[in-house]
Amino acid sequence: MAVVTLTIDDKPVSARAGDSVLAAAREAGIRIPTLCHLDGVSEAAACRLCLVQVEGRGRLQAACVTETAEGMIVRTQTDTLREYRRMILELLFTEGNHVCAVCVANGNCELQSLAAELGMDHVRYPYLNPARPVDVTHKQYAIDHNRCILCTRCVRTCDEIEGAHTWDVAGRGTLSHIVADMGQPWGESVTCTSCGKCVQACPTGALFRQGSTVAEMTKDREKLGDLVTARRDKKWTV
Amino acid sequence: MDRVKLATVWLGGCSGCHMSFLDMDEWLIDLAPRIDLVYSPLADVKEYPDGVDVALVEGAVANEENRHMAKVIRRRSKVVVSFGDCAVSGNVTAMRNPLGKSLEVLRTSYLLESAGTNPRLPDDREIVPVLLDKVLPLHAVIPVDHHLPGCPPPAARIRAIVEDLLAARTPIRTADQIRFG
Amino acid sequence: MNHDELERIAGAERTAAKPAEIRCCTSSGCRASGSADVLKQLKAAVQAKGLSDRVAAVGVGCPGLCSAGPVVSTHPGGAVFGKVTSGHADGIVSTLSGGSTDAVRIDPNQPFFAKQFRIVRATVGQIDPERIESYIAADGYAGLYQALQQRPDEIVANVTASGLRGRGGAGYPTGLKWATVAKMPPGQKYVICNGDEGDPGAFMDRSVMEDAPHQVLEGMAIAAYAVGANQGYVYVRAEYPLAIERLQAAIHQATKAGVLGGNIFQTPFEFKVEIRIGAGAFVCGEETALIASVQGLRGTPRPRPPYPAESGLWDRPTLINNVETFATIPAILRNGANWFAGIGTATSKGTKIFSLTGKVKNAGLVEVPMGTTLREVVEQLGGGTADGRAVKAVQTGGPSGGCIPADLLDTPIDYESLGRIGSIMGSGGMIVMDDTDRMPEVARFFMEFCADESCGKCVPCRVGTVQLHGLLTKLVEKRATRHDLDLLIELCHFVKDTSLCGLGQSAPNPVLSTLRYFAGEYEALLQPEEFARPPRRSAIPLTVL
Repeated sequence: MAVVTLTIDDKPVSARAGDSVLAAAREAGIRIPTLCHLDGVSEAAACRLCLVQVEGRGRLQAACVTETAEGMIVRTQTDTLREYRRMILELLFTEGNHVCAVCVANGNCELQSLAAELGMDHVRYPYLNPARPVDVTHKQYAIDHNRCILCTRCVRTCDEIEGAHTWDVAGRGTLSHIVADMGQPWGESVTCTSCGKCVQACPTGALFRQGSTVAEMTKDREKLGDLVTARRDKKWTV
Repeated sequence: MDRVKLATVWLGGCSGCHMSFLDMDEWLIDLAPRIDLVYSPLADVKEYPDGVDVALVEGAVANEENRHMAKVIRRRSKVVVSFGDCAVSGNVTAMRNPLGKSLEVLRTSYLLESAGTNPRLPDDREIVPVLLDKVLPLHAVIPVDHHLPGCPPPAARIRAIVEDLLAARTPIRTADQIRFG
Repeated sequence: MNHDELERIAGAERTAAKPAEIRCCTSSGCRASGSADVLKQLKAAVQAKGLSDRVAAVGVGCPGLCSAGPVVSTHPGGAVFGKVTSGHADGIVSTLSGGSTDAVRIDPNQPFFAKQFRIVRATVGQIDPERIESYIAADGYAGLYQALQQRPDEIVANVTASGLRGRGGAGYPTGLKWATVAKMPPGQKYVICNGDEGDPGAFMDRSVMEDAPHQVLEGMAIAAYAVGANQGYVYVRAEYPLAIERLQAAIHQATKAGVLGGNIFQTPFEFKVEIRIGAGAFVCGEETALIASVQGLRGTPRPRPPYPAESGLWDRPTLINNVETFATIPAILRNGANWFAGIGTATSKGTKIFSLTGKVKNAGLVEVPMGTTLREVVEQLGGGTADGRAVKAVQTGGPSGGCIPADLLDTPIDYESLGRIGSIMGSGGMIVMDDTDRMPEVARFFMEFCADESCGKCVPCRVGTVQLHGLLTKLVEKRATRHDLDLLIELCHFVKDTSLCGLGQSAPNPVLSTLRYFAGEYEALLQPEEFARPPRRSAIPLTVL
């Protein structure tokens, strides 16, 4: 197996050839924030939080889809990157209706945690306050579009792990939204297997178990990655 | 040492932040000799005074009266702190925004959703301040010096920022100090 | 089909030509102002005057001067008439026998025509775009024939030597792209023609597809042979029904004639072409989004690498070029790489088509050599503004481009020079603005377009463009302060640096370039701050250069 060595934040790091910068950084204990990345499913490179600076490349690179290379010099924590990451969160908070105080995922939300971690203590842009629906037609689960950040983790999980492809995205721009099947209520979906993996995949309180009230919706995201590893390596016990 | 002139203000919020302020418990006794509480829902003062050193402002800007008050606070205070999620982001107070402008909100609230035996829009402008079309965070109306998120901010978090401001230090902004919700 | 047959068709077509021809533009522009009726009346007039054996009234592609449409010309003689109505038909026919007409005469020697240098549009306006014979008579498919006499790598070397760069906007060297696809291991490869032209005010590719559909197909076939592909797709936006109709007819004719399909020119080379119709999303002009769309998926871009040349349509090596790029290829094959490389500037070779629109007198399509100055295009070919007001700025590159102020009009048109002054070549849209146009409003218009057209995949573009539009609206409505202007500039840098694809990365350009050259107009809209603000602290610079 070929190995490459590179430098991330002045720290020498080795990585398997083909590993992403994100994977290499994580293995070396260097944290790069992410939202649309989920272990076990393909990358979307859509949230742009994991953008890093790679020496010799003009543009900032998304660490999740940038392959490591021999001698590569990566910076994950410049002033500009920190500023840009905060701005990404600010924009996400203006786009939906994120009211942490009354959310099922309060305390268990990646968006909320990242805001605190990355120093976003207020949002400088006007809130867009869109009128978005809540779909409670499914027997066990519900989707509150107000809390959706369009990371498409549910879409990829449903397609790639469960194999159902119930979820997809409709509309465009800031009117984009997650739809079940061809846009019918979730409860009427003919493809949904009610497996609940999407609920576990969701970084916010957009997908949740019905009956959960404020701060009750905890999520076990590692299970999805474990499931993929188990299937791939035929290792069902740890 | 001169006492610091502290004001706390209650705009469009639930007063939960003020309750959390009171949750600082015995530290309030340590605080008392270092400040003059010159304006507060907890003190019987009618007029917001001049020369306030630190103002903790709870609540979002939801109506004309809030907006007027915010500007008075800014003019008469050295340091303004958005105190809690409603002031910082609009939070629960701003949950009416997706419903539409003020008239649509009033219609929904008083005529459609929860209309009782006598559905009627509140219309006495002398008594009830006119709603803004959109609930705004405080910093959308006036420049704000510090943001203290939390719904409500835990007592320890309030104490930390108040201690910093009393000592004229820049407040620390670590993740545990600025978490929403 | 073989070479002799090609010659025979060309010969027969020339022999069948009548001594005199009345050509009427039947492309979208003139059609919209009634040219279909005009052509009908011209034909009727020829018939009524008993001239059918000597005079032919034919529909041709767009001669370029769209603002004077419908445009009719008579040959021999080359008289041109503009704003023709069906009532003028009799008179125009009579001019061939010394009669007169009250139709508006257009000087065929005016700079608009005389200063053009036509390679891509060489036959446009002269031949009938709906008949393959007409194209073959104008040397059509001779380039493909010549290509098939060479080895594929010779053709790639030829295209590389010509210096041709992609006409879709970014200017990537065409030969290099071809070489990459050619070098991928043999197997299924694809050629895609990007006809999803979507910039506001751009209609170069529409005209090429409508008026020279066979030329596009010939270019694609040459490319397919060079890179080892056997299947091609033309991706055309649904808003171009006439282009779709003519391309479809052209594919049918070319397949029947044996210049597409199997055993082309009696060689083992096989190449089939199908049309894919876009559903109205601007982002599908971005190559990875376009590929997703052809596959029947949601048209959203994906990160590159891998580039389509390595892994494109159905994960196979895919050559994707713009309409104009493909349409340039046959002439390079016929006339040689050196001929082409002799036209233009050191780094930008050949010619470029521009669609001149806005406050310009002669609106329409012009093809000029690279290196021509903007001033020549706007003032000489374009004739300045329609009502004689001062030209204030020229917008090139659509929503990804910039506004170039009048005092920089002596800039030569080439990829590098336009880039240096904060704009881009783009696909060829050129919007002329006069002193009544307000730059912040222009910037807001383009931002609204980008916000509408963002696919919604990445956060900076999806939400950033909406917030930028909001800030520009606040500014235009005179509600913004210095603080808002700072936020605007900061957000421009952010969206530019962090977006996933070219749409987002270039969306702030119209704002940044107008801020660079027309800062005063923004400043004039600012309102005083009601309260003093603490000094700004940010790592993001407020420069707009």
